[in-house]
Amino acid sequence: MSLMQEFGQRALDRGVPLSVQLDVTYRCNERCIHCYLDHDDHGEMTIAEIRDVLDQLADAGVFFLTLSGGEVFMRRDFFDIVEYARSLMFCVKIKTNAFMIGEEEARRLHELMVQDVQVSIYSHRAEVHDAITLLPGSLKRTVEGIRRLRAQGVKVIVANVLMMQNLGDYSGVIQLAEDLGAEYTIDPTITPMMDGDRNVLRLGLGVPQLQDVFRNSDLVGDVDEFCAPPPAMHEDVLRELPCSAGHTACYISPYGDLYPCVQFPLPSGNVRSQKFMDIWLHSEQLNDVRSITAADLPVCSGCGHVGSCSRCPGLAYMEGSMRGPSTQDCQKSYARTGIESANMRLKKAGSASPGLVQIAALLS
Amino acid sequence: MRSVYISRATSVAARSLDGEMMIMSARDSTLFTLNPAGTIIWQSADGKMPLAEIVKQKICVEFDADPAEALEDAEQFVSDLASHGILVVSDSPITQPELHSKTVTRGS
Repeated sequence: MSLMQEFGQRALDRGVPLSVQLDVTYRCNERCIHCYLDHDDHGEMTIAEIRDVLDQLADAGVFFLTLSGGEVFMRRDFFDIVEYARSLMFCVKIKTNAFMIGEEEARRLHELMVQDVQVSIYSHRAEVHDAITLLPGSLKRTVEGIRRLRAQGVKVIVANVLMMQNLGDYSGVIQLAEDLGAEYTIDPTITPMMDGDRNVLRLGLGVPQLQDVFRNSDLVGDVDEFCAPPPAMHEDVLRELPCSAGHTACYISPYGDLYPCVQFPLPSGNVRSQKFMDIWLHSEQLNDVRSITAADLPVCSGCGHVGSCSRCPGLAYMEGSMRGPSTQDCQKSYARTGIESANMRLKKAGSASPGLVQIAALLS
Repeated sequence: MRSVYISRATSVAARSLDGEMMIMSARDSTLFTLNPAGTIIWQSADGKMPLAEIVKQKICVEFDADPAEALEDAEQFVSDLASHGILVVSDSPITQPELHSKTVTRGS
């Protein structure tokens, strides 16, 4: 067990929130076609409120603090937030489109010793990237921003969200990241809008496209291992927790709303009217999330993929039930292994015409 | 004997979990964990109190240790952390920007 895993386990045992993502704004200079956010400002927390929240998070034991948005640099006081967070000795990670990172911003991020900066790039081709961000010239500016960060020695991670519009370009983005001295991460997940609107999911990859991605050794390493059939189910698997959401991690919106995760919009409290620790310890919703093990999932507990599936409880929640399946993850399991999930089989059976003979118990 | 002053490096990320400090070096993202004695030294590293006083007033009291032996161990510990850029060591008091080393003892 690595030191990080050891701390993660200890945080889990003690109920300590090791990681928090704080979105400082939903405003953005880009209008990405797949974005799950509404970019209007409905009353963001002030710098004083954010400082108070950061104090509380530090007291609660939060180590990793991800500052994200919207576009973080839409806030003029963003560096005040970073500076204060670093004075509290958080390990600060930032997500940005880097469009507004000039020499001065790059220098300050270096001086503040942020852990890393994650930047979304959709394609190495401007016509594709800019058609997704809907901001002409955005790829050029983003790449310039990354170059400035790298010149200062700031670690940059290029995040490549895959959708039908940019499916063929990930090799180009990998090369671009390498040229920039940045790390690369790929994500084939499109998230429904925070308000539940699922229209953006039409942009997501289908099973044939996912199969291509999952059989690329540059992306997944050992293809045979990655795409291997799920191992035989063991009882221990059913006692496992789905993920860190609500257990050692949570998400806070620019309006102070607290959710288990950015991808799990279950309202669990608000730090404007409640103390963070009161929510963390006593929120009915968070405690409900924490009570769920794989054995409590009516469909997934009987699925052969249960031990190896990437099932996201947040996506399941947005699909209807946090104890239900996440169809997107079912598709990924199927695309990897060629074996249908229990959810897929159920849906198929449900859509078939009813049989002529139905059996029901006789009432005595 | 000259005094040694120690100060927490401002470049690191740090948090105490269950009485043990976890520290990430900004230089190379290496993660360190300090035992309870190391955690006390880290939390006392304000640049003002000499290391010998930290050992005498805090380590020896808390752990009922022999002062000379404890100081020798503490000097080695401080030297190790300084080599990783986690502590700043000086033979005169160190002025450091305001830092808050938060401690979580809940659950312990």
